[in-house]
Amino acid sequence: MDLDLPFLIASLIKIGVFIGITMTFVSVCVIFERRFSAIIQDRVGPNRTMIPLSILGFKKDLALPIGGLTQPVADGLKFILKEDFTPSYVRKFFFWLAPALVVVPALLTMAVIPFGSPMEIGSEYIPLAVADLNVGPLFIFAIASLAVYGITLAGWASNSKYPFFGGVRSCAQMISYEIALGLSIIPVLMFFGGLNLGQIVDDQVANGWLLLPLWNEGGLIVTPGYWADPGEAIQRLLLLVPIVISFVIFTTSIFAETNRMPFDLPECETELVGGYHTEYSSMKFALFFMGEYAAMVVGSALIVTLFLGGWSIGFGIDQLLPTGAWWVSLLHLGVFLGKVTFFILFFILVRWTVPRFRYDQLMNLGWIVFFEAALINVFLAALVMAYPSLGLIGVLVGFALLLTVTILLIKIAKGATGKPSVTAV
Amino acid sequence: MDPLAFYFLSFLAVTGGVLLVAFRNPVSSALAMVLSFVGLAGLFVGLNAFFVGVVQILVYAGAIMVLFIFIIMLLDLNNERSIRFRSSTVLAGLVVPLLLIAQVLGVIQGGVEGEEAQFGEITAETMADSAAAFPEDSAIHKSLTHEKAPKLPDTNLIGHTIFTRYNFPLQVMGALLLVATVGVVVLSKRSLAKAPADS
Repeated sequence: MDLDLPFLIASLIKIGVFIGITMTFVSVCVIFERRFSAIIQDRVGPNRTMIPLSILGFKKDLALPIGGLTQPVADGLKFILKEDFTPSYVRKFFFWLAPALVVVPALLTMAVIPFGSPMEIGSEYIPLAVADLNVGPLFIFAIASLAVYGITLAGWASNSKYPFFGGVRSCAQMISYEIALGLSIIPVLMFFGGLNLGQIVDDQVANGWLLLPLWNEGGLIVTPGYWADPGEAIQRLLLLVPIVISFVIFTTSIFAETNRMPFDLPECETELVGGYHTEYSSMKFALFFMGEYAAMVVGSALIVTLFLGGWSIGFGIDQLLPTGAWWVSLLHLGVFLGKVTFFILFFILVRWTVPRFRYDQLMNLGWIVFFEAALINVFLAALVMAYPSLGLIGVLVGFALLLTVTILLIKIAKGATGKPSVTAV
Repeated sequence: MDPLAFYFLSFLAVTGGVLLVAFRNPVSSALAMVLSFVGLAGLFVGLNAFFVGVVQILVYAGAIMVLFIFIIMLLDLNNERSIRFRSSTVLAGLVVPLLLIAQVLGVIQGGVEGEEAQFGEITAETMADSAAAFPEDSAIHKSLTHEKAPKLPDTNLIGHTIFTRYNFPLQVMGALLLVATVGVVVLSKRSLAKAPADS
């Protein structure tokens, strides 16, 4: 096999840059989390991190006037310099393997996300994604589902009670919410008719973001060009109903998958000391920490790519820019990172506002509310999409059937949650 | 597929399989099986079957083996270590793999004789040729004849095959799985009702 050298170099650069971006985002998340939670709780937060020149014999510490932006550096140094203590009773191999199994999947999933519009170098278009796969979202789900091994093994290998509970909880939680996660994006994939994230974004550039169909190939919604095919335009706007349901379920499930508040039962301090990472210290603990934040960054990136147009600026501006120019690609990269930052701030906002669920509430939400809602949502989206071939009567009959099933399901679900279902444990 | 990648992934898959049998600790065995699945998924991806590879990881490594590990951890199967092998088990363990090897050898033999069974490399031209079998506005046709980067739409092709040629088996399988699910719920609920209420 002959090596495709330009491809290899481009891939290596992309891998380096994108992992760099993700890791930078992870550290930025830390300072965001600290400062934003401080704002929410009416505190100041860490704003005086200094360079400790005094330990080198200087008279004063050097304070940079950047309001605590060096805090992640201080955090990182603290983690590295702490004693790395391995308790004597742990299962050594798995104890060491677990933190890596949390971080690696989170970083791997970054590979399929398109960070910007394709860049033209020479005469070749280079997509700004490490691997432009035809199975993008599935790849992310598949690799992300491996992260559960890290947490479960951490709990088991610690060989102590509370971490074990944390690991088992996390295992059950992630399996439960993976189902809602997978089912909720089926309407989205049905709409795009493909699994290539690059093409999904291209589609949204031309036809409006999935959650914001305010323009299409004809023009903005206020211009007559948008209504050139009124049936199609109305169908697209009607599709917003299943898509918004998808969005809500998907976003909430991402919260659960990343073990963030209000779904952080695996590390619930009030019940489990520290959860699965109780026995971990120093950099091994930091890896769990980084894994959680990296998963959050990837989750935000996936939400942005699927529902909010990825790197597109939107409103028909993308079509006015020259395709392939390097500055356009960088501009799109900036827009994408801006959207991701917005979602990360949303994640942090939710963490510091919503209290933690009880474990049975968590399971009920996953299995009884989200699972059924996502399933019904698939049929709802299919009905709206099938309008041209089914005709009005067919769709109305289908809708009546769907409504009956929904009401029945709600009744059954109410019966299931109304009284405690487990009597003897 | 690059021979280097093939040997590496095969090594992963086979090592995982061997370790699965060799390990005494059930959790280690389960993880060795995950390693084997990851190697297999890599092999599928190398054969341009991205969807099958990803689903292999998603379903087997990500869901089924997680459940296995979950159960193993909850049951704490440490007494598995002291099991002694009976001669009948050993015999079965010898016969079944031998049958499997015979079958694989048969398939390999058939493949060498029938030259037309050899897979050709997938290029832009072969993709454009096969696109003629699909209607022009279909996603499969569009992907196969994409002007910048034609790609094999393996997900769409699998979906197309399942929902046209194998539609009936698919429905039957769906019904079968539903029956199994309902059966599990019925069985687990019954044992719960009989349990003494001593909580």
